[in-house]
Amino acid sequence: MNDSQKVDWSALRKDFPILNQQVHGQPLVYFDNAATSQKPRQVVQALVNYYERDNANVHRGLHELSNRATKAFEAARERAAKFINARQSDEIIWTRGTTEAINLVATAWGTKFIKAGDVILLTEMEHHSNIVPWQLLAQRTGAKLAFLPIIGDIGLLDLARLDEFLTDRVKLLSFVHISNALGTINPVVELCERARRKGITTFVDAAQSAGHRPLDVQEIGCDFLAVSGHKMCGPTGIGFLYGRMELLEQMPPYHGGGEMILTADYHKSTYKVPPHRFEAGTPDISGPIGLHAAMDYLDAIGRDMISEHDQQLGAYAYEKLMGLDKIRIFGPHVGRAGLVSFLLNDIHAHDVTELANQKGIALRGGHHCTQPLMRKLGVESTSRASFYFYNTTAEIDRLFDVLKEIQKFFGS
Amino acid sequence: MFDDVADLYQQVILDHCKHPRNFRELTPCTCSAQGRNPLCGDQLKLFLNLDGDKITEAAFVGSGCCISKASASLLTDAVKGKTRNEAGAMFELVRELVTKGKAEGDVGKLAVFAGVHKFPARVKCAILSWHALMAALKGEGQPVSTENEHN
Repeated sequence: MNDSQKVDWSALRKDFPILNQQVHGQPLVYFDNAATSQKPRQVVQALVNYYERDNANVHRGLHELSNRATKAFEAARERAAKFINARQSDEIIWTRGTTEAINLVATAWGTKFIKAGDVILLTEMEHHSNIVPWQLLAQRTGAKLAFLPIIGDIGLLDLARLDEFLTDRVKLLSFVHISNALGTINPVVELCERARRKGITTFVDAAQSAGHRPLDVQEIGCDFLAVSGHKMCGPTGIGFLYGRMELLEQMPPYHGGGEMILTADYHKSTYKVPPHRFEAGTPDISGPIGLHAAMDYLDAIGRDMISEHDQQLGAYAYEKLMGLDKIRIFGPHVGRAGLVSFLLNDIHAHDVTELANQKGIALRGGHHCTQPLMRKLGVESTSRASFYFYNTTAEIDRLFDVLKEIQKFFGS
Repeated sequence: MFDDVADLYQQVILDHCKHPRNFRELTPCTCSAQGRNPLCGDQLKLFLNLDGDKITEAAFVGSGCCISKASASLLTDAVKGKTRNEAGAMFELVRELVTKGKAEGDVGKLAVFAGVHKFPARVKCAILSWHALMAALKGEGQPVSTENEHN
């Protein structure tokens, strides 16, 4: 018996009342977790408690409520540091999510350290959020982008070619830990190690991995790492950037405003040290507090358990769906994350997604914000079923049956 | 089997999706335009031949979901023999039809798209080729998108 079989996964569903509903007269099957996860009662309750008892602005009040809010806000930062094993909580900067974290680094770090002719190395499987901010930086500075290729439909990075791409001009390697479109789990330790040996700064997009497996930035050896709270049971609109303090200290501010200054004058200001240098204005306060509850919730289950369960669901779904005629499944055959991206030949992903919805199944159909990757694969879009710990193999069986019905409907 | 979506996926639509009419490039042609749906990556190119003010031939190529493909296919049949103004009036009618479920005027075969209004996310799919038509008639070089199409 695997360790994850000791967890009573179905009991956890009780923490997610939203899952217990009918959609179009059918039990909801929520398979859009890579877009956003559902939130357990514990997280919702943390938000309610904050707003009903402690709501006030942080870091500037001298009254009781402000003290409580500040304490909870900073406790969440410490919790986030512990969640990814950062050396200190000051290495955690609150952002709206992974996208803002990448933009922050592209703007603050990039403007200072990237010069004309430098190369920013990405991979062919990146989300638009890990491409466009670097394009903007490249346009501002005259730097160039390069992309480490993937291998065909199995969607693995072509690591044999990595050294060829890690040229002396490369200043940054930024890559996704788990691909939202393929389910590929990239060898994050190896990638960072090989880049570091060449003195290249590394950025890990952990949007799809943070809530699904243990993360240790010291073991990974990255310089930056970004997390979205809403994909890991937390509220929308909150996430964080981890940055190695040595780098953060050298970076100019991202946004200007209240809260980030040490002294301000009409013509010149001085700035606080990290992380507050990068957090201008009244922050999202309830967000970190909700995310704190989410991190506690995930660790009470055990992220190693979640990771094992995810991979079991991913493997089960892959095997099961391969049993359909005329299906093309993207991503690795083994060792995939808990998601399956596929095409039923002749049937457009949007039509599949629309019909699945009519049977109560929430899929994502589209390019998954990875248009360049779709082009590389020679498709416009795929349908994607992405799982979390509250999903079951019975739900995957249901998906299989519905996909069969869809094929019948289109006479495919 | 999928009774609730029968309104959306009418038999005529399924037929045009599987066997799109006028599915080819027209070269040379009087004018053409591209349509893109940034939401799903769908894209098509519409070609027109005009004799004076009258559309004599319409064709398209591209890829997309069943609704967008069938819409383009039916469009190429529907606009043949129409003047620029008549085609423009049809665009308005189709837009009314797919957003409200009915239109004040005769839309002929295009009536099969009335069910689209119950599926707000699919309005963009149904209207894409019509935006491309308008762009082609106006001679706009830039690809059009359904980005600002709200229902």
